[in-house]
Amino acid sequence: MGNKLIMDSMGINRALSRITHEIIERNRGAQELVLIGIRRGGVDLANHLARKIKELEGIDLTIGELDITLYRDDLSSKKEQPILRKTVIPFDVTDKKIILVDDVLYTGRTIRAALDGIMDLGRPKEIQLAVMIDRGHRELPIRPDYVGKNLPTSRNEVVKVTLDQGDENRVVIEDGA
Amino acid sequence: MGLKGKDLLGIRELETDEIGLILDTAESLKEVSSRDIKKVPALRGKTVVNLFFEPSTRTRTSFELAAKRLSADLLNISIATSSVVKGETLFDTAKNLEAMMADIIVIRHSSSGAPDRLARRLKSSVINAGDGSHEHPTQALTDLYTIRERKGGLSGLIVTIVGDIAHSRVARSNIYALVKMGADVRVAGPPTMMPAGIDKLGVRVYHDLDEALSGADVVMMLRLQLERQGKALFPSIREYSRLYGLNSERLKFAKKDALVMHPGPVNRGVEITSDLADGVSSVIMDQVTNGIAVRMAVIYLLSAGRA
Amino acid sequence: MGILIKGGYLIDGKAKMGEAYDILIEGGKITSIGKDLSPGPDCENLIDATRKVVIPGLIDIHTHTREPGYEYKEDIRSVSAAAAAGGFTTICTMPNTRPVNDNRTVTEFIRSRAREAGIVTILPIGAITKGSQGVELAEIGELYDAGCMAISDDGRPVMNSEVMRRGMEYARGFDMLVISHCEDANLSSGGVMNEGIISTRLGLHGIPPAAEEVMVARDILLAEYTGCRLHLAHISTAGSVRIIREAKSRGIAVTAETAPHYFALTEEAVEGYDTNAKVNPPLRTSLDMAAVREGLRDGTIDLIATDHAPHALEEKELEFDQAPFGISGLETALSLTLGLVEDGIFSLEEAISRLTINPARVLGIDKGYLAVGVDADIAIIDLDDRWVVDPARFRSKGKNSPFAGWKVKGSVFMTLAGGRIVFSR
Repeated sequence: MGNKLIMDSMGINRALSRITHEIIERNRGAQELVLIGIRRGGVDLANHLARKIKELEGIDLTIGELDITLYRDDLSSKKEQPILRKTVIPFDVTDKKIILVDDVLYTGRTIRAALDGIMDLGRPKEIQLAVMIDRGHRELPIRPDYVGKNLPTSRNEVVKVTLDQGDENRVVIEDGA
Repeated sequence: MGLKGKDLLGIRELETDEIGLILDTAESLKEVSSRDIKKVPALRGKTVVNLFFEPSTRTRTSFELAAKRLSADLLNISIATSSVVKGETLFDTAKNLEAMMADIIVIRHSSSGAPDRLARRLKSSVINAGDGSHEHPTQALTDLYTIRERKGGLSGLIVTIVGDIAHSRVARSNIYALVKMGADVRVAGPPTMMPAGIDKLGVRVYHDLDEALSGADVVMMLRLQLERQGKALFPSIREYSRLYGLNSERLKFAKKDALVMHPGPVNRGVEITSDLADGVSSVIMDQVTNGIAVRMAVIYLLSAGRA
Repeated sequence: MGILIKGGYLIDGKAKMGEAYDILIEGGKITSIGKDLSPGPDCENLIDATRKVVIPGLIDIHTHTREPGYEYKEDIRSVSAAAAAGGFTTICTMPNTRPVNDNRTVTEFIRSRAREAGIVTILPIGAITKGSQGVELAEIGELYDAGCMAISDDGRPVMNSEVMRRGMEYARGFDMLVISHCEDANLSSGGVMNEGIISTRLGLHGIPPAAEEVMVARDILLAEYTGCRLHLAHISTAGSVRIIREAKSRGIAVTAETAPHYFALTEEAVEGYDTNAKVNPPLRTSLDMAAVREGLRDGTIDLIATDHAPHALEEKELEFDQAPFGISGLETALSLTLGLVEDGIFSLEEAISRLTINPARVLGIDKGYLAVGVDADIAIIDLDDRWVVDPARFRSKGKNSPFAGWKVKGSVFMTLAGGRIVFSR
């Protein structure tokens, strides 16, 4: 039942810096970009990225918050409906370059749902995917553009990412029961 | 966290956190109706049946839009009660619907308890869209949502419900809901329109409208059933309107920022004057808009796969 | 020829024998009651009643037999079988059949059907007014000649006080009993359950207690004025009990009945919109129930009647406000009444009297007790038998019982009517 520390706040910070550089480099700046964080872990990560981009480029990126519940592919098999949270996208996504942000990439099903959710709101020019952890086990042909850390895991492990606790931020692996 | 029952039959059976869950879910779903493409795929492949034994354009349409915006298939069935009398019971009708694999049956019926009796017999979820003088839970949830949206909360608010409480399912559902959420509920009307033991539901009874309005945060006017005039409940529309009709003079007894609500359709000039119905205090149109989000929330929460 | 019932604890309804006795039956009559009777050479049936109680066959003053006209709900044969299974050997049929029993032809039809069924004694009750419309008096003299024991417009109370007055006066000429279903049809109009907090919660139209009490008072006043023998059906409210108690204390010739559901259930049984608990008058509050029990105890309410009102399943499956009023009661009445003994309301002997000698006295018939020379109408009951009410097993076609699933104590072991075994467990 041990929890294994994978990244501490220093490590996370270094990964954030690297991803930020990659985003800016690939998009030749950040002028056209908007961030959409997937609730709930992706929103924290999107906020970190926005701060880093502001430090480097001096630009305030708008951040959208996306709840993908209504787009899940397992709704009809659940005994109880998952809690719905608000989707707040304070801009028109049409013709935008979107950095879609999530904390952990796993089967890819959440990203599929997020892509459908965004497409229902309009027609973006491009969507790129940034994640803190890619833990493998993909079930759909989805590939991240920016990765904080590739982390080989077994299916019964749980990857827990904490991004809203300052110096206490960390990534740990918990043994699933 | 979810709804405990498979059905939504009334507010009386709901717990406070279930009401909160429905309102919060509705808040998340309201965004869908503001999009260009007002549709999400959540309930693809689910079938919702609107089973209406009593005509109601407003409620039926609201449920219809709610189901469609969640991508459920929707079937509208209107049945004149007279054809039911000819031998086919309510259960026969419902059994047929279940055989057609309806997931959710939304029922409006002139008999109190019809949804309740149906729900006991069916595996499908049953949503009460108004039964007799019993309950109209989605209307009350809509009203709660609207008040919360405008006032930021419900606890401690003074809400005055005016009219024929005895025959109103909207009043009953709102009384249960508001009392559960900590509001201070008053009911006003002539004694002939107060049902037996109403004070046991945790409300205060007033027969003087001005007194009932004093300091109110919300004024909820009920529709006067004009056809009841012959039944000795009130002498004339003129007298009713004079004693219990809301106008801008009277509204001054309430708080300055009091909300004026009405479940519709409004008898203009009877229970409420036209200028008030359309005035700044009126949230009657908000009630209509919010009704869709609330019904989406209820349909969403009840449509979990019962594996 | 002959039946000997041996060793049963005897409650004869009159002489308080209260000990184990043997009863010898010959030619449909009781020919001997005593200790250690020995079966004669032609005794063909020896019934061992040790540890059981032998009582007079029960008498129901208030049964809806439904025939003619509503045979899909019940008919005379099925109601007779239900009565026998419930320990009843005499039942009085209310006139609200189709056509209404307001003339000799219907009365004779009922009597001939009862003879054909040949199970229990059926005594017809005629209508007060033609078609029970409450307008013109029925030919009460002819009904009397045809064999009606009493008159009543049960279920359709005579609203016009003048018509009721004249009906009472006219019936007095034959010393006929008038049975009143006390309900002010205007006060109860549209009502489907007791008016109170539960009707408010359920959104069902209420029937106020005053709808009954107003008519109880009216009919008592009319009985006092006309000198007619008045019997008040199915008393359900504390107010009615109080009015009747006061009337009796003034010596007015009024008697009253209640039904088991009024002393065993309250309006709470309607919660969940159970149409089997829809009955008229409606189930009332716990205060009313207590008053009814006290009325039974102190004799204000003379007797217990079933108000057996069978309905078809599909009718009770309707919406609550559409479903018909009524409870199928013949097969649960005895056990529910014995429940009052358990509850300490009165003694076993008193309980049995409410179902036997008391209704016989009200009807003016020579039944309801056990003695040498009387008809061998006998019920043998097992006080300790515990059973669960299952309407599916009723002999009655009406399965509409709010007591389904109730665990009750005391059952009918055997019923003999006119010396013949008409029911045996």
